[in-house]
Amino acid sequence: MSKRFPFLAEALTAVGLIVAPLVLPHLGFSTSTLDRILIWGLFGLGFDLLFGFTGLLSFGQSAFFGTGGMVAAYVLTQTSVTNVLLALLIGTGAAAVVGFLVGLVALRRTGIYFAMITVAIAEVFYFVEFNPLSDYTGGENGLPGVPPPSVDLGFKTFTFDSDLSTYGFLAFWFLLGLVIARRIVQSPVGAILKAIRDNPLRAAAVGHDIWRYKLAAFVVAAAYAGFAGGLLGLMQGFMPPDAFMFDTSGQLVMQTAIGGAGTLFGPLVGAAIWLYLSDFFQNTLHLGSDWKLVLGIVFVVLVVFLRHGVIGGARDLIALASGPPAPRAAPEPNAPAPETEPQRLPASPKAPAAAAEPGPIILETRKLTRRYGGLLANRDIDFVVREGELRGVIGPNGAGKSTFFKMLTCEVKPSSGHILFHDRDITGWDVTRVCQLGLTKSYQVNQLFNRLTARENVVIAALAQKRGRFRPDMLRSLMSVRRLNDQVEEALALVRLTTRADAPVSELAYGEKRRLEIGLALAARPSLLLLDEPLAGMSPRERIETVALLKSIRVGRTLIVIDHDMDAIFELAERITVLSQGQVLVEGTPDEIKTNSVVQEAYLGGVNEP
Amino acid sequence: MVNWANFVSQCFNGLVLGALLALISSGLTIIYGTLGVLNLAHGALFMLGGYAGWVVYSFTGSFAVAVLGGSLFVMVVGLVIERVIVRRFYSRPNEDQILVTFGLGVVIVETVRHFFGSLSKSIPPPPELVGITSIGFMMYPTYRLALLGIVAVALLALYVVLYRTHIGMIVRAGIEDSAMVDALGIDVYKVFMLVFGIGAMAAGFAGIVNTPVVSIAPDSGESILVQTFVVVVIGGVGSFPGAVLGGLIAGEIISITSMFNPGYAYVMLFVAMTLVLVLRPYGLLGAAGRD
Repeated sequence: MSKRFPFLAEALTAVGLIVAPLVLPHLGFSTSTLDRILIWGLFGLGFDLLFGFTGLLSFGQSAFFGTGGMVAAYVLTQTSVTNVLLALLIGTGAAAVVGFLVGLVALRRTGIYFAMITVAIAEVFYFVEFNPLSDYTGGENGLPGVPPPSVDLGFKTFTFDSDLSTYGFLAFWFLLGLVIARRIVQSPVGAILKAIRDNPLRAAAVGHDIWRYKLAAFVVAAAYAGFAGGLLGLMQGFMPPDAFMFDTSGQLVMQTAIGGAGTLFGPLVGAAIWLYLSDFFQNTLHLGSDWKLVLGIVFVVLVVFLRHGVIGGARDLIALASGPPAPRAAPEPNAPAPETEPQRLPASPKAPAAAAEPGPIILETRKLTRRYGGLLANRDIDFVVREGELRGVIGPNGAGKSTFFKMLTCEVKPSSGHILFHDRDITGWDVTRVCQLGLTKSYQVNQLFNRLTARENVVIAALAQKRGRFRPDMLRSLMSVRRLNDQVEEALALVRLTTRADAPVSELAYGEKRRLEIGLALAARPSLLLLDEPLAGMSPRERIETVALLKSIRVGRTLIVIDHDMDAIFELAERITVLSQGQVLVEGTPDEIKTNSVVQEAYLGGVNEP
Repeated sequence: MVNWANFVSQCFNGLVLGALLALISSGLTIIYGTLGVLNLAHGALFMLGGYAGWVVYSFTGSFAVAVLGGSLFVMVVGLVIERVIVRRFYSRPNEDQILVTFGLGVVIVETVRHFFGSLSKSIPPPPELVGITSIGFMMYPTYRLALLGIVAVALLALYVVLYRTHIGMIVRAGIEDSAMVDALGIDVYKVFMLVFGIGAMAAGFAGIVNTPVVSIAPDSGESILVQTFVVVVIGGVGSFPGAVLGGLIAGEIISITSMFNPGYAYVMLFVAMTLVLVLRPYGLLGAAGRD
């Protein structure tokens, strides 16, 4: 948020961590409560990357928290290793490996399936820890005798066994964890994770291997959990088995939601509230076991009324107090930017060099067929597009245009037939791979990343083109991606959104969203761009603008456009393919199509069966 | 060495547990199928049923009345939860729905703990179902045998309601496309409320009839919830037949594994779930496209 002080948040956190033990004890926080807040906060950093930033709500984090803690405690108590840092590292590594393996299973599905699978996983680990592995984990007794944290510098060993030094030790690791987490959030990977959270379908369609990114986030969260688990054993002097309990996962989820997911500080704030209230209810109000009932009610009320947790609520309050937001570069509704365009258009209906010399074949389909049960959506379509061409595809409703496009972009697998793109057989590929090869489309219904700004949307698409399917450079700054900015600005300029680049998608007008939809596809720098009804739902004025836009972006590109707007297609395309009843009816220049009696019949619905 | 008599009786135990899981999972799956909400309070409702039945039993001494009264109580709780809380969440993300039902589960569990403490309670089986019955090749506790019948009848009742009544047709149409049902002039919210109530009742009913076999404690719902999730993942979300099939499979896996080592029951359950996820990602009887 603040470009002038890039490490402001980190610096303020450091100050806060130093001040906390001086101030908070006077408010009723005990030292051990502060320590536990830090551990839960660190645990939550990883979870927030997974839930708040990637959108994966896992109820299985106790498995990794327990694994990391148990392995670290085992190493320190049952083996000859005495180096605390080494033990922590081994525990973290073990948790990450377990996270990787669990992620392979859990990430096979998304949404509620993912939540259910992670619940099951948490329970499995609990039972395994208690029963088959109880010789190693101490079963229900846990592992006692974990030494206090110490750091061996070779010439001198520092032991952190006083209240304050333990706090300092934990605070150091929390701060480091925060710095790393913030770097991840600000890296290209962080941007892509947010895109996956907002719209996984589109993130995959612009060319990101979302499965691997999700797995990466899952492993990072597991590593954070494992490290925090290791710290728990060190702090308490013993590793409790209840770290593995489903309740641990539940508490983490609740704390994060209370504090506010997607902020990195949410889990820390949530842990502070949760642990403080639980101390307060038990020790001051003497509620006994009812403390959890009260906290449960608080949690439900908060989820119902405060959608983004305490931090989100505070942010909204501050926004409210500081008055209405400064007027953004608003779209002048009465004076759209390309004021001269509409006048110029009728004058030069065939602006682009009409009869372009035929380039090499870029896309070819052979006997492409798709069946849905008994319905033949597409039958034996042979279709050839050459480089530099702007091809229109028209056809009455139900002609199979959308199915045809979905097969070209590999969203739908053909029942039979082949698709060749740049002379490679791409039949049966997935959307991501095809996009990486240079074929993408803009959707009929906007598929944007709704919580990001227009610029960030375009960045996501450009990143896929620059970085390939997957690259786990989590600690690299987004700014350092070479020539990313040029590519983003170029795409924004092409769809005339430069002045609106920093507006969130939710604040864009419909026409602007439609242009951004095309901009996303353009930023991926495809060699072949498919536009699925780019004019759908537009007002006459927006229509004229968009036709002008399409004319400007076609220069140097190969485009296939589906639309119902015949006038627009006749104006734009130099060749048109007419689909009817799943087959190619006729192909030709606009003039040939206009006068073709078969086409007229198809559109007028003349079912002249002989 | 496997003791065959023991094995057969464990298979029977698996059948009883499986039928019970099938019933609970059906409740969960019709709620998800119709409302699109994953109810994490489902295990708590199971437990609540057990306690409600125990209270009614303490006052009346009648098992039948306890089952009836307890189920109705949980149904009412379900109706209220839908009306007051869940209804606010239909337009919110899945994650919010999961969070709020998880919170509701905690509230239910802790409320029960507040009134009844953490010690477990049990209801004795009705006098005519006490003892052991010989079923030809082996002796088996009479109540467990009866339980199989009771749960089968309940499942059948649920099936009849879903597949043979007018309201069931609306519910099934709602599973397919609730917006369309709404557009046809049917008050879809009333249907949602009813489905949540019926789903909750299925869990509550199971909680009561299971009490003579396994006594109930405030935390009983948790492991049931986990098993129910596995059942639904195996069977396919939103599929009633899938819930029944998944329930029976899970019940047998738990019972047979427990014969060798109870500690591995969950591991085997998890292995089965993983296999299904790899081979048939949408569950054995689930349809693609539901997430």
